[in-house]
Amino acid sequence: MVKLRRTMMYVTGNNPANIMDAHLYGSDSIMFDLEDSVSIKEKDAARFLVYNALTTMDYGDTETVVRINGLDTPFGRDDLEAMVRAQPNVIRLPKTETPEDVLEVERIIQEIEEKVGIEVGTTKMMAAIEGPLGAMNAYEIAKSSKRLIGIAIGAEDFVTSIKTTRSSEGIEILAARSQIVLAARAAGIYALDTVFSDINDDEGFINETKLIKQLGFDGKSVIHPRQVSLAHEVYTPTDKEIKNALRVLDAIEEAERSGSGVIALDGKMIDGPIVDRAYRVLELAKATGVYREEDQNE
Amino acid sequence: MELKKIGIAGTVESSDISIIIEPTDKGGIEISLQSAVMKQFGRQIKEVIEETMKSKGVKNATVRAVDKGAVDFVIKSRTLTALYRSADIDEYKWGE
Amino acid sequence: MNKNGVGREIPAYIEGVGELKAYESPFSIIPEGNKVGPKLKRPLPHKNKLVDSLEEAVKAVGLKDGMTISFHHHFRSGDYIVNMVLDVIAHLGIKNIKVAASSLSTCHGPLIEHIKNGVITGIETSGLRDPLGTAISEGILKKPVIIRSHGGRARAVESGELKIDVAFLGAPASDEYGNANGFSGPSACGSLGYALVDANYADHVVLITDNLVEYPCLPASINQTQVDYIVEVESIGDPKGIVSGAIRSTTNPKDLLIAENALKVIMASGYFKNGFSYQTGAAGASLAVTSLMKEKMIEQNIKGSFGLGGITAQLVDLLEEGLMEGLFDTQCFDLVAAESLGKNPKHFEVDAGFYANPHNAGCAVNKLDIVLLGALEIDTDFNVNVISGSDGVISQASGGHSDTAAGANISIILAPLIRGRIPIVVDKVTTVVTPGETIDVVVTDYGIAVNPLRKDLIERFKKENLKIYTIEELQKIAENITGKPDTIEFGDRIVGVVQYRDGSVIDVIRQVK
Repeated sequence: MVKLRRTMMYVTGNNPANIMDAHLYGSDSIMFDLEDSVSIKEKDAARFLVYNALTTMDYGDTETVVRINGLDTPFGRDDLEAMVRAQPNVIRLPKTETPEDVLEVERIIQEIEEKVGIEVGTTKMMAAIEGPLGAMNAYEIAKSSKRLIGIAIGAEDFVTSIKTTRSSEGIEILAARSQIVLAARAAGIYALDTVFSDINDDEGFINETKLIKQLGFDGKSVIHPRQVSLAHEVYTPTDKEIKNALRVLDAIEEAERSGSGVIALDGKMIDGPIVDRAYRVLELAKATGVYREEDQNE
Repeated sequence: MELKKIGIAGTVESSDISIIIEPTDKGGIEISLQSAVMKQFGRQIKEVIEETMKSKGVKNATVRAVDKGAVDFVIKSRTLTALYRSADIDEYKWGE
Repeated sequence: MNKNGVGREIPAYIEGVGELKAYESPFSIIPEGNKVGPKLKRPLPHKNKLVDSLEEAVKAVGLKDGMTISFHHHFRSGDYIVNMVLDVIAHLGIKNIKVAASSLSTCHGPLIEHIKNGVITGIETSGLRDPLGTAISEGILKKPVIIRSHGGRARAVESGELKIDVAFLGAPASDEYGNANGFSGPSACGSLGYALVDANYADHVVLITDNLVEYPCLPASINQTQVDYIVEVESIGDPKGIVSGAIRSTTNPKDLLIAENALKVIMASGYFKNGFSYQTGAAGASLAVTSLMKEKMIEQNIKGSFGLGGITAQLVDLLEEGLMEGLFDTQCFDLVAAESLGKNPKHFEVDAGFYANPHNAGCAVNKLDIVLLGALEIDTDFNVNVISGSDGVISQASGGHSDTAAGANISIILAPLIRGRIPIVVDKVTTVVTPGETIDVVVTDYGIAVNPLRKDLIERFKKENLKIYTIEELQKIAENITGKPDTIEFGDRIVGVVQYRDGSVIDVIRQVK
């Protein structure tokens, strides 16, 4: 089954209550943050806390991600030492500018894996692109390491460095978003969108999520539990979409049974992309609980 | 591990524990604990603090802890943080 | 010592309380006899009932050593009446008084002194909170307190088990002859549902008001045929402690998560349909359920019959939007509810007997479909504790918990699985207030468990694809995170007797060490 990453919820790395509860709110991934949400003086505390949480707590099916500090800070190396040992599902790099940034982290991860006796390659990575240089290098970054499961855009830093501000329409980051989706798709990995910071503006959040879904993103970063269900709703296929997908799959089955080479539905030819889309609709439908395999026989 | 100064870690927010470790020359590890769940978990909280300190070779210290319902992994994390701050060590030997 | 119907050891006799009847099952007791009534009186025409001071009123009703006085708890933690009256009684040198309040709150710490001085020697109440609850748990009172549910108290009063000599009732609005209501004046509390029972059955009734209005005070909840004296004082309560403003729906993510889970249970239960009736408490998660449920009622074009119990702004909203036919109100939880009681004809004030007395011809909880309740602890037999903390100290209230759980078609417990490291699901609750047999579903932030007795619900939920855990699974999830708490040690002395609503004893509370 396809791994869903519709929502990645940020959890500040130094807050025990949030670290304990984060997986209850149904996001596909939770991201424990050691970087921006942790003050310089508490980096050590957050690192111990997240390490011990990951080695103690049962987060069930929720994907665990840790955002480390950059290697250009005094904390990045220690973060890696701790987190490769703690084995979250994914380690996320902040402010990635070049493929070398990824490779440098990968080299250290491998070193630690070898030292600790973890099979090399076990630790997956994600890279966040938060500046124009990173956006320009998006494809090179996306294909730089086999460990990369996805790239994400971080908009706050990005808009500042291209000398603008964030608007509700998001026109200023359209180019970067598109760049990142293209790069991710070309490299065959996930594309994840940035956060929406006004937790009380449901409508704004929904609109932005609709936009990024349409652009092709796999999911969105969220900063509050209430945003999880809103995002999932946007990613939930409609009844019509599900029915259509099922008909596509029926048509294929029918064609296979009858040995017919050409598959058609309602007079239109069904080709690879349409089939892929149908599968994706059903995966999303299953994951959101609006469709069950057994429903098909009713 | 040699403790050099007062080490403080944690907060008094819900599910957290505030730990203050002060080096002493003798007297073993002395823990004074305040907790809303003293009757149910006081014994276990002290045990975790003490074990964590002993695992780092600390034999003598005064510990003042204010607990707000922290679970073991939080208590352990906060104790470690306070210990390293007290010992003035930046680099944790993760391999050990 | 005999084990009762929920496996608790109940002594057959306690000095100062008398013989105890052990709880068997929710409806096993069949009552006999008749209701009791207050004294007959002969006030001469144009008698002046207004007295100058509380002291005068106490003297006029002839309060003596050994008597039982009663209070209502509509002013909750803002109440001035209880302390005021007991100070006067102490001042007059009266001793050995039994205080039978419908409940006691955080503001009643001064009773500790009166206990020490021998003024108070007995307490019967629904709840006790710190510091009084702690003092009682430590054994300050020789005689155990009797804990009753709201319905159980009405039953005890109406049956004569609890005989009230004098009821001192705070009235937010009263006239000179004893007509009073709760929804006007500076200390408005809305419904006087708990006071109504006392007004009806006490031998003597003294109203205490800070809002004396022109005769006649109409509409009146308590009326002149019940009241002996009226005292005007400067203030009967602190409005801030009496009712909150409109309690806003919670933004606490955990409460919302529990509320969303509870809504799924309600929707899948089969009871969410036209004509359904509904009760919740005023905790964050329950309030959120009502708001979420409202959307579903509109969406699915469903209209309920009545809302019951402690009424909140959320229920008033359902009434005013035409989504509920009426409200039965024993107590208002916020100002919106208090105001609504004064203006909405279908927002109907009912007394505690109407609400929940199991031994009249039919109380409101008997018509209840869905009730949402809280819990301090719940055990793997689904027994619920709402009176004592898991440290053994009496700190909360029995309230209408066991009444509504017994009456409702589906009783749903809403609680976080872990509260400040304390797992909510335990092997044996510290004190049983509500028997597990009457609890149907437990909804937590980690998941939902259904009482195995409710096979029908389990079937339904499975069909609706609602993930359910066993209660033991929930317990294990919690303990994996918190660790297992150490067992609390108690002394031998019994400091509290917890009655089930029918008067049998469901548990006893022992002194904390």
